[in-house]
Amino acid sequence: MAQVQLFGLWGSPFSCRVEIALKLKGVEYEYIEEDLSNKSPLLLQYNPIHKKVPVLVHKRKPIAESLVILEYIDETWNERNPILPHDPYERATARFWAKFIDEKCIFALWKACWSEEKEREEAAREASEHLQTLEDVLKDKRFFGGDMIGLVDIVANFIGFWLGIIEEATGVKLLTEEKYPKLYKWSEEFVNCSAIKENLPPRDKLLAYMRARYGVSITY
Amino acid sequence: MTTKVKLLGFWCSPFAFRVVWALKLKGVEFEYIEEDIFNKSTELLELNPVHKKVPVLVHDKRVIVESFVILEYIDETWPQDPLLPQDPYEKAMARFWAKFGDEKVTVKLLESAYKAMWSKGEEKQKAMKEAVESLEKIEEVLRGKNFMGGNSIGYLDLAIGWIGYWIPVWEEAGGSMRILDSQKFPAIAEWSTKFQKHPVIKENLPPRDRTLAYCHKRAEEIYANFCASEN
Repeated sequence: MAQVQLFGLWGSPFSCRVEIALKLKGVEYEYIEEDLSNKSPLLLQYNPIHKKVPVLVHKRKPIAESLVILEYIDETWNERNPILPHDPYERATARFWAKFIDEKCIFALWKACWSEEKEREEAAREASEHLQTLEDVLKDKRFFGGDMIGLVDIVANFIGFWLGIIEEATGVKLLTEEKYPKLYKWSEEFVNCSAIKENLPPRDKLLAYMRARYGVSITY
Repeated sequence: MTTKVKLLGFWCSPFAFRVVWALKLKGVEFEYIEEDIFNKSTELLELNPVHKKVPVLVHDKRVIVESFVILEYIDETWPQDPLLPQDPYEKAMARFWAKFGDEKVTVKLLESAYKAMWSKGEEKQKAMKEAVESLEKIEEVLRGKNFMGGNSIGYLDLAIGWIGYWIPVWEEAGGSMRILDSQKFPAIAEWSTKFQKHPVIKENLPPRDRTLAYCHKRAEEIYANFCASEN
């Protein structure tokens, strides 16, 4: 059995985060694609609490929750490409924004794209607020992590890649260049960054999936 | 060089107390500033514009918010008496349980137990049931452990330490409702007793009478607002 295994899902941004981190660190791993409608016994054994992906298994010990996994990867393979900064205050700042993206942004953005007409305005307003916050955080940096991608960039992968595809599928426009020039530019840098580019799901496949999902949602 | 540490908190907020406990356990001197959460100061809104909440830690000019982010900052800045384990896997487990504990259980428990305190009738019963379900999950995690960080207080203990003190107060404020039954939850009961006996914790809890009176008042206010909004 491989020393490192990752239970993931091809179209999941959370699963993708872990792959980015492992690749950044040059860690060899075995990837296991999970079928969420038919979860494997191994997954249920390794993540009995949430029964979700991603789950990282290192030397037979499982870790769940992408943010927890990212920190673990950074601490365990610490010779190259640090994901978190060294300074405690900068680490705290990175953790804060990662949490903000995870707990507030993603949900608001998702809701703004998929909600019914009457709820959409409110959802879009909230999503816009959060995007503006991130625009202000980014300032003139190339990445949230500075010159190199860091924790916040990895966690913002949904915004960098998934959001554009969902916007295309649903016709909802949130992250525009006019409104958020810095964040927009960041998203382009993000998907072109070599560490990221190779670890994103195929765009066509994801777009088709989102279109099908949108098709289903508007018939109700 | 003396560094200045300031903590903005609310006198009976369990989240603020997490930070108080961490600072005291490490012997870090700090200035405590009481915030009126019903009339937030300009300072608070400037320091935490995103969430507008306490606790807020200010270390020299550095501002840190969100209780778990603050705990990790404290642990890394003042490494004596570590809160988190050194081993990366053990650390990951502590973080996982803190996150799980906080999102799925603590927040849920807090909301449902608080709701059980102020609501009445069927709503109250439903909220109590949800609170008990959350407690069952914590009971499972605690079973057979002394403190989660070994034999001294650690990250996870600070995360859930509020339960044994605040829930009984809410039970009383809510009209003698029972959620945290020590017969049903022996592990929580035993661990809470040990936790509250710890010299640092013992000295740093909000006064019970005052907290009870406050919760009584809050229960009435929230219920009145709830009734008004329903009509």
